[in-house]
Amino acid sequence: MNTTQILIAGFGGQGVLFAGKFLAYKGLLSGKQVSWLPSYGPEMRGGTANCSVIISDEPIGSPIVTNPDCLVAMNLPSLKKYEYDVVSGGIIIIDSTLIGEMPVRDDVTVFAVPSTKMANDEGFSTLANMILMGKLIKECDAFDFDGTEDVLKKVVPPKKANLTEINLKALRTGYDY
Amino acid sequence: MAEKVLMKGNEAIAEAAILAGCRHYFGYPITPQTEIAAYMAKKMPKIGGCFLQAESEVAAINMVYGVAGTGKRVMTSSSSPGISLKAEGLSYLAGSDLPSLVVNVQRGGPGLGGIQPSQSDYFQATKGGGHGDFKMIVLAPSSVQEMADLTIKGFDLAEKYRMTSMILADGTMGQMMEPVSLEEVKVNEYDKSWAVTGTKCERKKNIINSLSLVPEELEKLNFARFERYKAIEENEVMYEEYMMDDAEICIAAFGIAARVAKNAINAARKEGVKAGLIRPITLWPFPNEAFRKAADKVDCFISVELSMGQMIEDIRLASECKKPVYLCNRVGGMIPSPELVLESIKAHCKGGTK
Amino acid sequence: MVVFDKPKSLADVPLHYCPGCTHGIIHRLVAETIDELGIEGKTIGVAPVGCSVLAYNYFNCDMVEAAHGRAPAVATGLKRSDPDNHIVFTYQGDGDLASIGMAETVHSAARNENITIIFVNNAIYGMTGGQMAPTSLPGQVTQTSPYGRDTDHCGFPVKVSEMLSQLDGAGYIERVAVNNVKNVRNAKKAIKKAFQNQIDKKGFSLIEVVSTCPTNWGMTPEKALEWVEEKMIPYYPLGVYKDRDAENKGE
Repeated sequence: MNTTQILIAGFGGQGVLFAGKFLAYKGLLSGKQVSWLPSYGPEMRGGTANCSVIISDEPIGSPIVTNPDCLVAMNLPSLKKYEYDVVSGGIIIIDSTLIGEMPVRDDVTVFAVPSTKMANDEGFSTLANMILMGKLIKECDAFDFDGTEDVLKKVVPPKKANLTEINLKALRTGYDY
Repeated sequence: MAEKVLMKGNEAIAEAAILAGCRHYFGYPITPQTEIAAYMAKKMPKIGGCFLQAESEVAAINMVYGVAGTGKRVMTSSSSPGISLKAEGLSYLAGSDLPSLVVNVQRGGPGLGGIQPSQSDYFQATKGGGHGDFKMIVLAPSSVQEMADLTIKGFDLAEKYRMTSMILADGTMGQMMEPVSLEEVKVNEYDKSWAVTGTKCERKKNIINSLSLVPEELEKLNFARFERYKAIEENEVMYEEYMMDDAEICIAAFGIAARVAKNAINAARKEGVKAGLIRPITLWPFPNEAFRKAADKVDCFISVELSMGQMIEDIRLASECKKPVYLCNRVGGMIPSPELVLESIKAHCKGGTK
Repeated sequence: MVVFDKPKSLADVPLHYCPGCTHGIIHRLVAETIDELGIEGKTIGVAPVGCSVLAYNYFNCDMVEAAHGRAPAVATGLKRSDPDNHIVFTYQGDGDLASIGMAETVHSAARNENITIIFVNNAIYGMTGGQMAPTSLPGQVTQTSPYGRDTDHCGFPVKVSEMLSQLDGAGYIERVAVNNVKNVRNAKKAIKKAFQNQIDKKGFSLIEVVSTCPTNWGMTPEKALEWVEEKMIPYYPLGVYKDRDAENKGE
């Protein structure tokens, strides 16, 4: 049985839930079982937000990710909170623009991506989340880059269809980093 | 089969209701079910339906009562504290034998409680939900697909038996996204000659009413209603069994708890412990027969709940107290982890720690 | 030649109301209106909880019995289920409409719900045996204000027509009485207009009918009618409180 559990965490407003939805659709379109579960705190923006995504070859039991195979931390509190939950041999991807220190654990693989800075430099400052997703697709066995554009067509709302291309660019930027 | 799309559980309920022909929704905002109202607010005006935000839960359920009286499909949704406010209307709907669909996306209680998931309205839902002798058909979805499927089923059962169907979900089921496929619904036609739609001067007047001041007559109405309930208990029970064939220990769980339990059962099996699951899909009518049969085979039951053992009473009754029933639970918005359930299985299995 | 007959829309059954109670007159006015407008086949009435709880037996049209105070919400559902083909009215007393159902009353008016409300104000809870109502007058003796309504202790009566007329949503609000022939004729006119408004899709109409309760007021029917004139009407002045249609026409 092949199951990948992913936890994405950051501040509300950083696009944590959207990033998770992108991953879930990526899994769905490659024929996998998927689940997506947000933490639905009362703070809509600026509070803590995290999102559990599970991609599996088999029906998914609990949709709650307590021990992720892959943690994407978009701020320091999230890294501190979840670093030790990651399974041994797992992956931690951090936004190193916003997180000034590295994870302490040595039994996981860490990828530090200055995604906020990269996003600002590239002129799509709101898409640091998608840069990190690009990196995740590259480093996590559950995914490959093929078909990403089709996935974006599903998750980007029709009214914002013009943003599909720029999202794709952000993903590619992260993937190539 | 229709294309699979990712939807939140709450949205799946709303879309399924529309597919089932519901064109009237009344509600009042409360977390964690507001997506249902938002979805309806967006969709209903475009399909000639009516979404109306009521001034209170009390008003919302009475608007439901009004539309239900006309024989049209109608629904409301809320979360725990709001369902308490609807209790009056639920009783009147039962007393007037009107079909309706009510969704409870439960949160922690009592009182204002919290906004995280819970199953602590089990008693309220399964034992009546208001004053007087009455029942609701209580459906407990355990996936986003079931949120949709049971909504469609709920409308049908409500009309078939002229009563309220309640979808008893929880915050997790409402908020999580999963692939769901929604297809066109074949809506069954039931007799609606009782409905108030104006006599058109062609028939005698109809009265929608729950008042009956003559005790003998009110008794007769109650007896008749419970005859109908008996038919439901005989015909409409739904449950899922998971690895029960050779199970020595039986988990009982519904909704999100059942999903967690499946993880724990898989883990237990890897360690050689023969655990299985009975997942009630209808909480009323309760799958009594399944538990009665299981009681002859298994050593014990564990009720995995997001409540303080509310389902244990029904398991004990169904299994005729033949085997002990233990509780494995988290409450207040917490969810039992697969590890916690596994621990409980190992503690209570043959040769276990307890 | 028939000079006086029962309206078709009023069932030919004995009413249960006390001698001298004006519910009978108001029922008749509503039924005559339904007959005259030819809407008995489209009309759905909503009965309240209170003395007129059994109104569903008296009106010869489809009827719904609502929970206490919830009639405007139930009427909202009935109306919205088929706005073009349903004529919906509620018939409510003061406890039902102005106390336990105040939220439903105010918000159905605020929404300009296209329904007709007949509000019978007799300043007391009749069915339960004469307790203080939201509209009981200052000083009025009732079972639960045995020393007279003490406004320092339990506040002042609610003037429903005045209050609702402040809402932009409310279309037509008039207070009438049925204590003498002239007032009865005016009441009929108002009730008919309230139903006509609904037919014309002009929105929310409420007719407050100042009524009597000889039994619980502890008066003869005749004395009760005098009390309406001397005490009730001065506190609850009759007249049109809101007529959006007339305002729009600059009348």
